[in-house]
Amino acid sequence: MVTAKVEAGFPSPADDHMERSIDLNEELIGNPAATFFVRVSGDSMRDANIHSGDILVIDRSVTPVDRQIVVAMIDGEFTVKRFRRTKDRIFLEAENPAFHPIEVGENQELTIWGAVTFVIHRAK
Amino acid sequence: MSTHRFALVDCNNFFCSCERVFNPRLHKAPIVVLSNNDGCIISRSQEAKNLGIPMGAPLHEQQEVIQKNRVHVLSSNYTLYGDMSARVMSILREEVSAVEVYSIDEAFLELPEKFDEKAASKLRVKVLRWTGIPVCIGMGTTKLLAKFSNHYAKKNPCFGGIVELENHPFFNDIIASTRTGDLWGVGKNLERRLQHLGITTVLEFKNANPASIRKELGVVGERLLRELNGISCMNLEEIPPARKGVMASRSFGSSVESLEELEEALANHVARASERIRRFGLLASHLQVSLQTNRFKKEETQYAPTIGHALLTPTASTSQLMNIAQKMLHSIYRSGYRYKKTGIFLGGLVSEDSFQPSLFDIPVTNPRGDIDKICDAINKKLGDPKNPLITRASQGTKQSSKGWKMRSQRRSPCYTTDWRELPIARI
Repeated sequence: MVTAKVEAGFPSPADDHMERSIDLNEELIGNPAATFFVRVSGDSMRDANIHSGDILVIDRSVTPVDRQIVVAMIDGEFTVKRFRRTKDRIFLEAENPAFHPIEVGENQELTIWGAVTFVIHRAK
Repeated sequence: MSTHRFALVDCNNFFCSCERVFNPRLHKAPIVVLSNNDGCIISRSQEAKNLGIPMGAPLHEQQEVIQKNRVHVLSSNYTLYGDMSARVMSILREEVSAVEVYSIDEAFLELPEKFDEKAASKLRVKVLRWTGIPVCIGMGTTKLLAKFSNHYAKKNPCFGGIVELENHPFFNDIIASTRTGDLWGVGKNLERRLQHLGITTVLEFKNANPASIRKELGVVGERLLRELNGISCMNLEEIPPARKGVMASRSFGSSVESLEELEEALANHVARASERIRRFGLLASHLQVSLQTNRFKKEETQYAPTIGHALLTPTASTSQLMNIAQKMLHSIYRSGYRYKKTGIFLGGLVSEDSFQPSLFDIPVTNPRGDIDKICDAINKKLGDPKNPLITRASQGTKQSSKGWKMRSQRRSPCYTTDWRELPIARI
């Protein structure tokens, strides 16, 4: 038995100009090894345009600076807040007047888990 | 004399560390991770080690200490560990060009000349910051010495996770107080044979006469001796070990006796293993099917056959491999035993492209190849990897009701690979 493939028709002239489609990863993920996603529940960051159900893109290779929105671990929970650092004090600030800033006490353990680089929000 | 230097990077308590990255409650808490089927303890956090929970211990033997100390017990989540491992390895590759992934949580690096302890420390911090995984780095002029340094770094946290023992002022004292059995590659048997030669410590081994070691222990012993003296005999193997063969096996949740259930389990293993090799563009030229009764149940009669088969034409086709595997299973199956495990090994892997068809092959070697690729694509796009959308009839249905389906009652979410299982921040 002999089998062979027969190519039918002419190649499309567009083949030479094929480009890859736009890839969102290129825009949102600068550093794949250090990038993670976290889903948000709650509205303490409402005024920073972070709403319940949104997905945050976190790049752990980014060093958090003052005013950066971060995912932090405090008291055994994840939270998302604006990181504020003055000369000798550290705060986690909400972006919603209903929530008070949290001052990180000396005996409290705070881990900055990663810097938030993008917010993925479904338009309604 | 070679100027090579190697490092072994080893993730600390890897499975526990992965779990900890995504679950703040696990910080500083004792954690254990269980083997497939939730049978034995295969990873312990430092806190769990401090409680005296031994490696490999059956879970049921540790219940008391677990309850008393509120130890977190988790099923293994290989999807998560695999993803985290890939992240760690890619960071290592970014830093050093020659990387040998030795296991899911270990890699050998060939170091550039100027790579000192400071550079190692920077790399360690980078992996920790980027992935949350703590690592130890051992360095040396040979792979054996790098592994030994790593072992020492792990046992002695005061070094901050970085050790290059050959530079250590007390190097000779350290190896004089280390037994040969602690060396990489020295098993029980070799340790005993060394003892017969009057060698019990690593220092004694290092100073042994190469000629007599070669005479008594062969090339393996001689190679270890040379490596111990800083003469590199083992090169970096940069090809992933997975390429040598792909294994798919799993213990049954409860014992299985019927051929039908074994067939079904085996079919699933074949489907998984063949999908894996297709993903890498490989074909198998050899397969092995094994069966095993529960060797821990001494009162039951034991039977653990393995059968191999060489394929004239290498293939990655699920249906071809499935047909052959089922025939092999039939030939080794004996009724009346209570089976604990069945598995398949696909070996002799060759690249699809480099494969030379034999003279007698029909040019289209695998008319079903396209079907497999389409199934893979659909399963990848739409299915849950543990519960593929398209399966073959022989794989059976309603897998979860079957005795052989893996037990994993305490598995954490697949935080990094499944949109539905992302970590949640309540804010």
